[in-house]
Amino acid sequence: MTAAKPRRRAPVFDVDQLLKDPEIKVIVTCGSGGVGKTTTAAALALRAAEQGRKVVVLTIDPARRLAQALGLTELDNTPRPVRGLDAAQSGKLQAMMLDMKRTFDEVVSAHTTPDKAEQVFANPFYQSLSASFAGTQEYMAMEKLSQLRSQLVAEGEWDLIVVDTPPSRSALDFLDVRMIRLLTAPARAGGKAYLKVVTASFNIFGKVLTRILGNDLLGNVSSFVASLETMFGGFRERADQTYELLKGSDTAFVVVSSPEPDALREASFFVERLQHEQMPLAGVLMNRLRGAAAGLSAEGAGAALERLAELADDSPASLLAQAALRVHVESVRAAAHDRAMIARFAAAHPDVPQRSIPALPTDVHDLVGLRAVGDSLADG
Amino acid sequence: MVTGKGGTGKTTVAAALALGLAAGGHRILLVEVEGRQGLAQLFDTPPLPYVETRLAASQGGEVIGLAVDPEAAMLEYLELFYSIKRGGSVLRKMGAVDFVTTIAPGLRDVLLTGKAKEAVTRKVGGRPVFDAVVLDAPPTGRITQFLQATHEVADLAKFGPIHKQSVGVSTLLHSPQTVIHLVTLLEEMPVQETLDAAAELRAADYRIGRVIVNRARPVLVEAGLLHEGSVDEQTLARGLTQAGLQSGVAVGLATALATEVNEYSQRQAVEAEADDQLAAAGLPIVRLPELSPPVDVGGLFELAGALEPREWQYPPNGVRS
Repeated sequence: MTAAKPRRRAPVFDVDQLLKDPEIKVIVTCGSGGVGKTTTAAALALRAAEQGRKVVVLTIDPARRLAQALGLTELDNTPRPVRGLDAAQSGKLQAMMLDMKRTFDEVVSAHTTPDKAEQVFANPFYQSLSASFAGTQEYMAMEKLSQLRSQLVAEGEWDLIVVDTPPSRSALDFLDVRMIRLLTAPARAGGKAYLKVVTASFNIFGKVLTRILGNDLLGNVSSFVASLETMFGGFRERADQTYELLKGSDTAFVVVSSPEPDALREASFFVERLQHEQMPLAGVLMNRLRGAAAGLSAEGAGAALERLAELADDSPASLLAQAALRVHVESVRAAAHDRAMIARFAAAHPDVPQRSIPALPTDVHDLVGLRAVGDSLADG
Repeated sequence: MVTGKGGTGKTTVAAALALGLAAGGHRILLVEVEGRQGLAQLFDTPPLPYVETRLAASQGGEVIGLAVDPEAAMLEYLELFYSIKRGGSVLRKMGAVDFVTTIAPGLRDVLLTGKAKEAVTRKVGGRPVFDAVVLDAPPTGRITQFLQATHEVADLAKFGPIHKQSVGVSTLLHSPQTVIHLVTLLEEMPVQETLDAAAELRAADYRIGRVIVNRARPVLVEAGLLHEGSVDEQTLARGLTQAGLQSGVAVGLATALATEVNEYSQRQAVEAEADDQLAAAGLPIVRLPELSPPVDVGGLFELAGALEPREWQYPPNGVRS
C-alpha cells in the first residue's frame, strides 16, 4: 500500500531516530480517544525494545486483546515482562496497566503514617474522589511515571519509559496543574487555606453553605482536607518534579491522531498546548491513514464500471471486476478525504514533524501486528 | 442522552438526532457538557456561550444549543435557589466553587444533569418550553458513573437542598422520560465498550434507546466472489480486460486491486462480526452511512433523515407517547 503523504511539506517525523536516541528517557503519547493511541504507544515501545532499548510501557485501559498480547491480564501496577521479542538485540520490554485507585492509595500511604492513611481511606469523600475524580487518571499517570522514573535512575532496570495518557484533553491538565494548585493551596497559604474556607464558611456563610451542601458532606470534606493536609507538601513537590521532568530534553511528547475532523481538532489542541508550555513535542503520528493500492483514478474506475454494466455479463470474472472497481472507487475517495484532512492540519502546523501510519484491515492483537505498525513508522 | 466511545462521532449523532426530533415543529434543546465546543464547530457558529442559542431551523422546528459550564451552572444554581448572587462570587473568591466543580466530580455531574432536568421541566404558561432535550453526554467509559453521580451525591449529602436536588435528578434519569443512545463504529473496541456500557446501564436500571452504528461501510464484496476468502487475480484480470483495459495493464492492476478487495473484505468480516455481537445482545440498532466530505450542516440533515428519531418507539413507555 502506498502511504499517502501530506501535500504540504511538513517536516518528516523521524521515529527511529527518536527511539534510538539514548538521551531520550521518556516518551509520552497523547491524543483523543479512538485514534489508536494505546496501540501506537505499545508499537513504539516494542520497536524501541527490538532495537536494543530496555523499555517499560505504561498503558491506561488498553483493549483486552492488546493487553493479552502484551501479557497483561489484570490491573496490578506492576511491570510485567512481554514475551516473544525478537532476541537479536539485547533489549527488553515490560508493560503495565495503571490501577488508578491503587496508585492514589500508594501516594497516600507514602506520605503519611499508617493510622492516618487508614483514616483517609475510610473517608467516604476520599472513596468517591479516588474512584471518580475526572483528573485522577491524569494525575495518577504522572505520579506513576514519576515513580518509574525514579526507579530508572536508581536501578537502571529500564532506559526508556513510554507513557500512554488518558484519552481526553485533561490528559494535559498536569500542565496547568489545576488540581495540584487546588490541592496544594493549603501549603502555600500556611497550610490552612482549605481549612480556612471550611471554617470560615461555618462562621460567615455557615448557614448558606450548610444549607447547600448538607452538614455531613461539609464535615467529610473538612476532615478529608485536614487528614490530607500533611501530604500536600509531598503532592506539590512531586508534581513540581514531574512537571520539570517532562519539560526536560530527555522527554518527548508524541501526539497521535487519525485523519478525522474531531481527532484532528484534539490533536491541534494538544500541539498548541504543548508548544505554549514549551514542552518537548517530537511530532505527530497520523494513524489509520487510508490509501488505495492501485494507481487507477476514480474516473477511470467509473468508466470501466460503466462498460461492464453495459455488457450485462454475469460471469464471475465480470462480477468480481465490478466489485473490485467499486472497492477501488471507495478506496480512492477515502484516501483523498484523509489526505485532504492531513494537508489542512499540516498547513495549520507547518513546523510540526509528521508521519502517517497506514490503516490496517483489522485491529492489532499481537506482537506481529505491533511490529507491523512499528515497521510502517520507519518506512518512506 | 447520547454517549459513545471517543472517535465514534457521538457529538455529530447528537446533533443529527436533535435536528430529526425538531422536524415537524418541535423545539429541541441540544446540550454539550464537556467544554469542547463541538456543537459550534458542527453548526459552524462562534463558540457557544452559557446561553441558549438558536443553532438551526428544521422543518418548522428548531434546535437550540447550550454549552454548559459547570462553574456557571453552580452559580446559577445558587442564584436560582438561594438568591445569593453576591454569596456566589464570594464563594468563588474563596475557591469553594472551584473546589466543588473540580475536586468533587460527583457534584459537577449532578450540576450538569441538573441543568438538563431544569430544561426538561421548564414551563412557560403551563407548557413545556422544550419538546425534548438531547444531551451530548460523556463517553461510554464514563456514562454510567456520570448518571450515577446523583446517587453518590445523595448519599454524601444526606440532607439539604443538594440531597433533594440529586434525588429529583435521579428520578428523572431513571424514568421513561430518559433514554440513553449508544453511538458506535463496527470495530472491535467501540463495540466491546458499547456492550459493556449497555450491560452497566441496564444493571443500574437505565433505559437504552438505540445503538447507533455510525459510518457503516457498504457491503461491496459478496463472499461468493472470492476464492477461499480471497481474490483470484487471474479471474479479476479477465474481468478487467472485459472492461476494456489492455490485458497487460489489467494483469498489473489486478494485483493491486486484489490487495484492496482482500483488505476491504477483511474489514467487512470484522464489521459483520461486530454487527452480530450487537444483534446477539438484543440491542435495537440504527445504521448511519459514512458521509463524504466531512459532516457539515447539510450532512447533519442527511443523517437526521437517516435516523428518523420521531419514528422510534421505546417500550414500555416512550420518551414521547
